[in-house]
Amino acid sequence: MTSVTILKGENTTFLPKNLQSVSEAETVQSPEKLAPAKAKQTVFFRNPPRICAGAAVVTQREADGPVGEYFSSVVDSKMGEKNFETAEIRMLKEAVTSAAAKAGLWPRELDLLLAGDLLNQITSSSYVARDLGIPYMGLYSACATMTQALALAAALLDAGCFTNIACATASHFSTAERQYRYPLEYGAQRPPYAQWTVTGAGCSIVSSSAEHGPRITAATFGKAVDFGVNDISNMGAAMAPAAMDTLYTMLRETGLSPSDFDLILTGDLGKLGSDILRDLMREQGIELGQNYSDCGTLIYDNTQKVYQGGSGAGCSASVFNSYILDRFLKDCYSRIAFLATGALMNPQSTYQGETIPCISHAVIIEK
Amino acid sequence: MSEQTEQVEQRNKRYNKYVNAVTPKSSIFKSLIKSFWVGGVTCLFAQGIFELYQWAFPSLDTTTISAYMLCTIIVLAVILTGAGVFDKLGRYAGAGAFLPITGFANAMASSAMEFKTEGLILGSQTKFFSVVGPVLVNGVVWSALAGLIHYVISLF
Repeated sequence: MTSVTILKGENTTFLPKNLQSVSEAETVQSPEKLAPAKAKQTVFFRNPPRICAGAAVVTQREADGPVGEYFSSVVDSKMGEKNFETAEIRMLKEAVTSAAAKAGLWPRELDLLLAGDLLNQITSSSYVARDLGIPYMGLYSACATMTQALALAAALLDAGCFTNIACATASHFSTAERQYRYPLEYGAQRPPYAQWTVTGAGCSIVSSSAEHGPRITAATFGKAVDFGVNDISNMGAAMAPAAMDTLYTMLRETGLSPSDFDLILTGDLGKLGSDILRDLMREQGIELGQNYSDCGTLIYDNTQKVYQGGSGAGCSASVFNSYILDRFLKDCYSRIAFLATGALMNPQSTYQGETIPCISHAVIIEK
Repeated sequence: MSEQTEQVEQRNKRYNKYVNAVTPKSSIFKSLIKSFWVGGVTCLFAQGIFELYQWAFPSLDTTTISAYMLCTIIVLAVILTGAGVFDKLGRYAGAGAFLPITGFANAMASSAMEFKTEGLILGSQTKFFSVVGPVLVNGVVWSALAGLIHYVISLF
């Protein structure tokens, strides 16, 4: 990819003036000193729940990537089913059941399932919920569903509701492709800035009773941010402002700086989107250094012809629930920020010429 | 309120300008070369079939033979679509793959295959023209217009 040039001059201020002028008084130094009124979007958990287990189910393409060895199971993209939609349901179900098993639970012992996916009316998640027979809340934040689920689960558990909550999302290249773009076998060209939908499912079990596992200590709920991008192929550029908005807000409201994190991980911005996010943050006076990474760039390598990297709800879910949790277990991290980003459009809205509103929810996870 | 909208619009304009500057573009020259050689080879191949049929069936006139030739390459394109080869060709060659009639065949076959899971009538048959619909509409409308112009000119 060509290197990103930082345009000076008139291009340097992306935020409207009223958002930029955050006075020093508004920034707070530590989470403890934070008055609730000042942190508008960030929630601090007094009894941080733990992520006690995670599982990721992917196909061979993802398993061939750099983090392939960490995935808990690798399946065929059709799983012997009659269509890809059914395969997606089975992948999601397998992710939930194997995550529950890792946590030492039967699936029916879970108190709540928070799940979402990319298909119309989030059917994949609902069918999984039907099969598991546990209370269920369907969520939709497109590819940001994983962090939305984690943040909500943490908030619920912190409030003393439930004990074990499963947070799961899935996406499937073949089902997403037909819903958002063209038939699979149609010989359409992809622009070099396109991304590849990850076929995968991931599930985290968040528990208030677990003794081990990383804790979710804070969550920043994002705003729907729209910087006027309407190219459905250029997801990275559309979503980067949402990631910037949430990350900036999170850093401001927690009083932390990027160097306080061992890893700042975005969901599926891809290579281009990550570079844009770096630029946007630099404009806010925040330099994202070596500890910034993106699930979309982690999951595939350059030889896999995936253009800018992976995307989809399953991208952040599968990378987080395999590689990242594993690194937590090995004590590589003491604090990370995990922000998945999602584009909240549908094919009709883009055909009607609407721009793409995007969202990003962030969770802070500590050892 | 309006001042804020204007501010947002300006910000969006700036951002889009920036995005345009950093987004990698596909090289037009490379794309042209790729589509030229694939499209050219497709046409050469079709012409070969045409010559072959002319040699094999000397009694037929050229219109019939070209219809046979078109049927042959359409069937070949559909077979390649079913075998999962054509989408890769299309990704590589772009217009070189979809401009000849092979692209039209691929678009219809791929739609039919894709929506087979929803049944033959509500799936495949309903979605058969979902990609090629605009081609048909434009083909009919513009050829009708051309016919009309041709008729008007022929009056004088």
